[in-house]
Amino acid sequence: MRRRHAINRAVEVSCWTAALLAVAVLAIVLVSIALKGAGEINLDFLTQNTSSFGVGGIGNALVGTGILIGLAALMAIPVGILIAIYTSEFAGRRSGFVIRYVLDILNGVPTIITGIFVFALLVVGHQQSGWAGAVGLAIVMLPLVARSCHEVLALVPGHVKEAGLALGASRWRTTLSVTVPTALSGMITGALLAVARAVGETAPLLLVTSIYPDLLVTDPSQPLPNVTVTIFRYSETPDPVKHAQAWGAAFILILFVLALSIVARSLSARMRRRLGAAR
Amino acid sequence: MDYEPSDVTVVDRKDEITSRIPRPAEAPAPASPPQQSSETPASGLERMHATRHIRLEDLHAYYGSNHAVKGVNLSFEPGKVTAIIGPSGCGKSTMVRCVNRMHEEIPGARSQGRVLLDDVDLRGPGVDVVAVRRFVGMVFQKANPFPTMSIFDNVAAGLRFTGTPRDEITDRVNAALEAAGLWDEVEGRLSEPGMSLSGGQQQRLCIARALAVEPAVLLMDEPCSALDPVATLKIEELIGQLKQRVTIAVVTHNMQQAGRVADTTAFMLSGELVEVGPTEKMFTNPDDERTEQYVTGKFG
Repeated sequence: MRRRHAINRAVEVSCWTAALLAVAVLAIVLVSIALKGAGEINLDFLTQNTSSFGVGGIGNALVGTGILIGLAALMAIPVGILIAIYTSEFAGRRSGFVIRYVLDILNGVPTIITGIFVFALLVVGHQQSGWAGAVGLAIVMLPLVARSCHEVLALVPGHVKEAGLALGASRWRTTLSVTVPTALSGMITGALLAVARAVGETAPLLLVTSIYPDLLVTDPSQPLPNVTVTIFRYSETPDPVKHAQAWGAAFILILFVLALSIVARSLSARMRRRLGAAR
Repeated sequence: MDYEPSDVTVVDRKDEITSRIPRPAEAPAPASPPQQSSETPASGLERMHATRHIRLEDLHAYYGSNHAVKGVNLSFEPGKVTAIIGPSGCGKSTMVRCVNRMHEEIPGARSQGRVLLDDVDLRGPGVDVVAVRRFVGMVFQKANPFPTMSIFDNVAAGLRFTGTPRDEITDRVNAALEAAGLWDEVEGRLSEPGMSLSGGQQQRLCIARALAVEPAVLLMDEPCSALDPVATLKIEELIGQLKQRVTIAVVTHNMQQAGRVADTTAFMLSGELVEVGPTEKMFTNPDDERTEQYVTGKFG
């Protein structure tokens, strides 16, 4: 009896410790980036172009990352949602399973491989470009969007979909008018988390959109300056000013990702409440 | 607000069923063609009767290799409530789901036999399931309002699916809410979410939603099994009021409920129809021994 109690206690404590460790890692990362990076943030840093020497900023990199993410989202989100609608509402048991399995594998592909693939496909024989970077990020986002949207569409209770069918709505009409609206906030959550994941990707961009001028570039057929490659470049220089700026850029990046995650979570909480009532 | 459909509506509906549901070549011509002339002194009600008789002929239903309904012959008479009773798993829900062809939505499920709405086989080749479900409405065991829609939009949903002109929708939604006995409770808050209603109100909202498209037949699959006794009583009263407007079939595992609401009761066991007859006779003096054992609580 006493022994069982001791084991119980030990397991409980180790679980607690492990959980605490995860929280601690996140806290240390956030705090150290904030300590080293927050001081760098000022209007000049956010608006000036990148520079190889002197102070400069990350203004053009922020714009470039925005364009890259925007283009990638435009490619990945519609396709991902269509895949999710197919796998959750229309596919047979077997084809749905195969597609989801393929998506899981795609999700597991190291992003440097994705980068090499896009490099071979779009850069070799041409040049680096924003388009190539956006395609690379879209490939990273696609399985995340498709899988998370599949999960939330599958959460919509069958009896709600049945109600649509029994009212004389066709399958696609039921999907568009009943299932998708019910799952919408969850689907937005999935899309936002995919954006949050892609915005921090470096490997694909390093290969396909990393040789750019320290200027504002908005044409995606040219290599676009971007935040992650800028962090990488700045941290590789011997200049302590640039090191500090790399921390500053990292701070901006992590704030953005954090904000997206919080918005995404609150949306998905909303959807769960709604579905909880429908169950 | 008068729920009774106008004569014109009835004529339109008859046109629709004949145009949208192709008649199988071998089907006999209608014995008595439905009156289509608006001069006939018959009331709209009787006209409705002309297009709302359901007859199942040798209906079989399967889930994969599981033979769930084994050759049922049964009629749902206009103006009457037919209750289908039987123990869990006897195939009663499956049988009614064959009528509006919801059964075939389940992967691996299939059925054979004839389901006649008057003289039209709803399972016939080339029949549009969307049209079938416009004529055969359904209310489910669990109230299932659309979670994202307001009270109004829930009732309007079927009308929008079927392309009802915008200017008719408000009147028909209000009439359907009235017919479902919900109008007094929701008047003035039609824009609130359907999910904000109580369980019993949600189920009546679902009934209103089904009635809004003016079906000829209403299938109710254990409509009260998730409700408290007060809400159940309200739905039962509603069934009594609605039977003049729409042919009703109620699946129930509650024999007292069948006794309270049904004119005709059918007893199913292991996928077979054991006996069907006037409710009173079924509960007091059934022909089949198994029926007697079931209604007296010896099994089930």
